[in-house]
Amino acid sequence: MNVMNRNRRQLTVLDLLGRSGDTRTRTPRGARTHESKPDVQDRTNGSDRSVQAWTNGSDRSVHVHTLATKDVSVLYGDHRALQGASLAFDAGTVTALIGPSGCGKSTYLRSLNLMNREVPGCTVEGSILYHGQEVNDGSVDSFALRRHVGMVFQQPNPFRMSIYDNVAFAPKRHGVKGKQDLDELVEKSLRDAALWDEVKDKLATSALALSGGQQQRLCIARAMALRPDVLLMDEPCSALDPIATLAIEDTVRSLAAQGICVAMVTHNMQQAARVSDKCAFFYLGELVETAPTQGFFDNPRDPRTQDYLSGRVG
Amino acid sequence: MAPETSGAAAAEFPVLPVGLTGAADRTAERAAAAPAETPLDPAVLSAPEKRRLERRGKLLTGACVFVVMGAVAALIVSVAWQGLAAFLADGVDPVAFLTGAVWAPHAGEAAYGAAPMILGSLAVTALSCAFALPVSVACAIYAVEVSPSFGSRVFRPVMELLAGVPSVVFGLLGLTVVIPLVADATGTTGYGILAGAVVLAFMVFPTITSLTMDTLKAVPQSYREAALGLGLTRWQAICGAVLPAALPGILTALVMGMARAFGESLAVQMVVGNAAAVPSGLVGPAATLTSVLTMGMANEAPGTPAAHALWALALVLLVMSLVFVGIVHWIGKRAEDRHGTA
Repeated sequence: MNVMNRNRRQLTVLDLLGRSGDTRTRTPRGARTHESKPDVQDRTNGSDRSVQAWTNGSDRSVHVHTLATKDVSVLYGDHRALQGASLAFDAGTVTALIGPSGCGKSTYLRSLNLMNREVPGCTVEGSILYHGQEVNDGSVDSFALRRHVGMVFQQPNPFRMSIYDNVAFAPKRHGVKGKQDLDELVEKSLRDAALWDEVKDKLATSALALSGGQQQRLCIARAMALRPDVLLMDEPCSALDPIATLAIEDTVRSLAAQGICVAMVTHNMQQAARVSDKCAFFYLGELVETAPTQGFFDNPRDPRTQDYLSGRVG
Repeated sequence: MAPETSGAAAAEFPVLPVGLTGAADRTAERAAAAPAETPLDPAVLSAPEKRRLERRGKLLTGACVFVVMGAVAALIVSVAWQGLAAFLADGVDPVAFLTGAVWAPHAGEAAYGAAPMILGSLAVTALSCAFALPVSVACAIYAVEVSPSFGSRVFRPVMELLAGVPSVVFGLLGLTVVIPLVADATGTTGYGILAGAVVLAFMVFPTITSLTMDTLKAVPQSYREAALGLGLTRWQAICGAVLPAALPGILTALVMGMARAFGESLAVQMVVGNAAAVPSGLVGPAATLTSVLTMGMANEAPGTPAAHALWALALVLLVMSLVFVGIVHWIGKRAEDRHGTA
């Protein structure tokens, strides 16, 4: 609730002001506690917006998903890469998006933080709701959304700077000042990513000197430094060896235990079975089946899912 | 040269330049014995023949490298030989040469002080690069990050065109445009370091811009994605993630621009005023190493102390070029030490 209020309030303010930079820099990081307070102000600010009014009215009676999509389709030019995907993600759960190459799962994931907006010629149709608020209608600044919806990419991509600077990079630019605040944030984020013990004595060395698995966990720490409540992971282990993969999987589970909502694209079905609470199977640009992980692997309903899991297609 | 083979056989076995192998006769025999479209025998090269081919390839490429290296060595040795003659044969004091303020090779008591030219060269170089660098980096950012299609279709060809403009044209423009402007603004003749630096800035601009564009292009796309994924704006991504990653390359571009500026002679000579005295300001007549060299070399008899002194100036230029090359390598090495080759 706390988290939801915080996020909703920021998005509302951003909406109304129609700008992002100034508001963002004025919001202190780590000030979670006193941000739940101005609930009344929320309503006043949001009252002239129908979406906001609906959200406020409904979140007491109906469960609002952390992130949800309704009939999301993605087109690259004329090519329809994804057709009508509807799915919901909740706090504290890991959702695995699986399917063969080119099935639209990464495309779907990249729609969730509006990353596809950066791709020329790409259009995303349908409804994407973050805490019940529509974000795909142009009303929400994608830069503001991405502070709350973090992303980890397939290839570890730490910046060409020190470990510390990698983690402190985004918070600094979003207005966190003061060495002590930053130090604490860096430590907390690195602990979130289970990397602190390995790097605490060499924070000033280059991030590129780390191993691939460490680099990927650094990327998780870098995303966590903004204290997002959703983490999108695009095949985060496909470039890593089995031991590094296990370390990432443990990290993902512990993040979920903290209440983070994780959506993870993976090629690896064992990984999906180990890590996820819920599986979504994509095939040929279509979301075929969504089920709790246990049931999904034991008795898939759709024949296409059955074929894929048994290795007959894909 | 290449033997005739049918398409299928050519795909199956790589067509070897048989003429080079010394096995042409054997192939001809086979071709005569078999129908014309006989596939090329894969065993056309025996083991010793293969070894010979390897050796020839190595020899040919190695010889080219050897010739070029020899030419470079000869160049350095001859410049050094002639230049050092000023100090060794003519008894010019090297320290006085580098620090002396009077350049008068034909005075009753000849004086060989190169400080005015060294200072002049350094001043026009530093100033021109200071003018060009900010604009270059800004243009490169626009052409690579903001509007890549414009950058590659329009801007890069324009830069190539600008880089190909002969320096005498820049000099003429300097004489007709820059000099009057400087003269009007300062109330002097206009000739001097400022005018030289402005003309040079236009000449080093395409060098620095093109190299900076290459560097920015080489920054992995994943850096931009990562920054955008952290909720940064495109501008924050460029300044925060892309530019720092490109910094070694931008510094290299700057040094290459400086090397170009330091070595440029004709255009500078046309606008710098050519007075071999320590420059008193940005607008008084001055001289650079290159301008004195181009003006003087034709007038001196070879082997005279005055000619040797000019060679010594050339030696200073050469050493400075080596320093610039050294700096480029040092920048690359330092970045590699810190972050690895990735």
